[in-house]
Amino acid sequence: MKKGYFGPYGGRFVPETLMPALLELEAAWLASLKDKAFRLEFKALAKDFIGRPTPLYLARRLSDKFGGAKIYLKREDLTHTGAHKINNALGQALLAKKMGKTRLIAETGAGQHGVATATGAALLGLECVIYMGSEDIRRQALNVFRMKLLGAEVREVTLGSRTLKDAINEALRDWTTNVRNTHYVLGTVFGPHPFPSMVRDFQSVIGKEARAQILKAEGRLPDHLIACVGGGSNAMGLFNAFLKDKNVLMTGVEAGGKGIGSGEHAARFAGGEIGVFQGAKSYLLQDEVGNVLGTHSVSAGLDYASVGPEHAFLKDAGRVRYTYATDDEALEAFGLLSRLEGIIPALESSHAIAEAKKIAPTMDKDSILIVNLSGRGDKDVQEVARIKGEKNL
Amino acid sequence: MSPNLKQNRIEERFQTLKKEGKKAFIPYIMCGDPSLEKTAQLVKLLEECGADAIELGVPFSDPLADGPVIQAAGLRALNAGVNLRVVIEFVKKVRTEKFTDVPLILMTYFNPVFRYGEDAFILDARAAGVDGVIIPDLPVEEGDSMAKSAGRQGLDVIFLAAPTSGDERLKKVARASNGFIYFVSITGITGAKLEISEELRSSLAKLEGPAQAGQKNQKPVVVGFGIRTPGEAGMVSALADGVVIGSAIVKAAAESSDAELKEYLLALRAAIK
Repeated sequence: MKKGYFGPYGGRFVPETLMPALLELEAAWLASLKDKAFRLEFKALAKDFIGRPTPLYLARRLSDKFGGAKIYLKREDLTHTGAHKINNALGQALLAKKMGKTRLIAETGAGQHGVATATGAALLGLECVIYMGSEDIRRQALNVFRMKLLGAEVREVTLGSRTLKDAINEALRDWTTNVRNTHYVLGTVFGPHPFPSMVRDFQSVIGKEARAQILKAEGRLPDHLIACVGGGSNAMGLFNAFLKDKNVLMTGVEAGGKGIGSGEHAARFAGGEIGVFQGAKSYLLQDEVGNVLGTHSVSAGLDYASVGPEHAFLKDAGRVRYTYATDDEALEAFGLLSRLEGIIPALESSHAIAEAKKIAPTMDKDSILIVNLSGRGDKDVQEVARIKGEKNL
Repeated sequence: MSPNLKQNRIEERFQTLKKEGKKAFIPYIMCGDPSLEKTAQLVKLLEECGADAIELGVPFSDPLADGPVIQAAGLRALNAGVNLRVVIEFVKKVRTEKFTDVPLILMTYFNPVFRYGEDAFILDARAAGVDGVIIPDLPVEEGDSMAKSAGRQGLDVIFLAAPTSGDERLKKVARASNGFIYFVSITGITGAKLEISEELRSSLAKLEGPAQAGQKNQKPVVVGFGIRTPGEAGMVSALADGVVIGSAIVKAAAESSDAELKEYLLALRAAIK
């Protein structure tokens, strides 16, 4: 396979100004894989700062309700800062410091990656600027306050659709300008090589833990894994450790928004075609002349026009099945998990729960389903109240 | 009418400039900003004012290498319904009407080209009379094979070199680039503030010297990004074989009177030597 590619997907489609920085990053990342001191430092922080390992929790009432498989939740919502994003952000922050960078920048949609990056910057004493679309600033206001409290500057992006993709454009422009002292902490398994591989590597702890935990709890591997897919980092983090286990089925859940027919969604595999966007070749929601289409999802973190290149590869290979959940299905799952298990999930993760509702009843009682609960829903409470009306919560 | 594929206007122009001891003035305009009629007028005006080649911007939804001025121009062009297909048609029209013989270079992001199909794009663009293409998000590693197929059809794929490139990459870019080498003056996006640093000088000196030593043809080096005033254009042209001026001209075309624009273009032309 060509370097930096997953089959025909991936690559490094960026301005020349950034190429040396990507090569430097790739070298630093590869060196870190063999650097015992770095790995130990990261491991210690994962344990004492992030709070790993996160539990694998058997959701009994949810399992009973769906009436099929035993549903386990991988509790990434219990990490410090409340989502899996911290696994990657902290890893990259450490790497940046090692490379001698003094400034971190990041894009954020739901705000979880921005909070995680701001946290890493605070911990390591680095300057931090977060780019966020104004639409996302509105619907994830709580996370904006958190980033500011952590000492980060939040720059509002008022261009284009004012969501995640526009924040990435601005972050890339900033990086192009300040590349000498700045590291761009890309938050997902997307963008130019080495980001898709490196971010997967930092997130793969999710699947490694889940694999050991389920073997301990049940003495066998799970039958099916489910994770939501925006860029796809929590999904790759869970799936990676099971890719060679041919009997473990996997489903990635995209944002179906208001339905595929409505055109207002972010289901790249259902409605997209291959394109090159923000550094990578992958499935892309685009028009017939190659302009990128607007997307819609109730969850800011899934509201993105393209998807990680390794997911595109796994889709074509038939290793992972991709489907979508609509806004309404996600909102229903959000309420259901809150009431049945006392866990308020992020709207992103609610898409995975919504898929569990469809799959679990078709499975035997003794079969095992693991759902990645990638983040907690505190950040979404206000927006859900706005959508549903406070009385209807 | 298909053009003579042997004839490449960019190469010819630089040969003439070299003979005459002159430097290239390469203005950039956004095609279809705010209409194709206006673009046609501007092409004519730029030619009159001594442009040696014209860069035609192709609007794209997510122009990640561009600053606010060209972003806004791109949006106006998108609103006018312009896209890569329309730009190629525009060039075809300009050429068949023998409207201009100035080398025309498209500046487009990669996805519209990918969507069009690389081979189809090369054939159609060349047949229309496009002479070169600059793709800011296509580095040498990803674009080398396209540059070769385009080169065989007489279409120059012009690669960018940057202040961060370093010696090894400068050589790579110099080898792969056809027509000329586009040196980005600063680490930044289009329209940012120019700084004529020691690094810029030394990188340009390297490109003129050892980086291309042993090659059959020394390729011209053109500098762009951030150049606004005739003074800046003059300073930069002394270091290179030509100067690209984009945002400043796009801004002037949108905001200044025809007379002011013409005066500005003539001043730039006079300063570049």
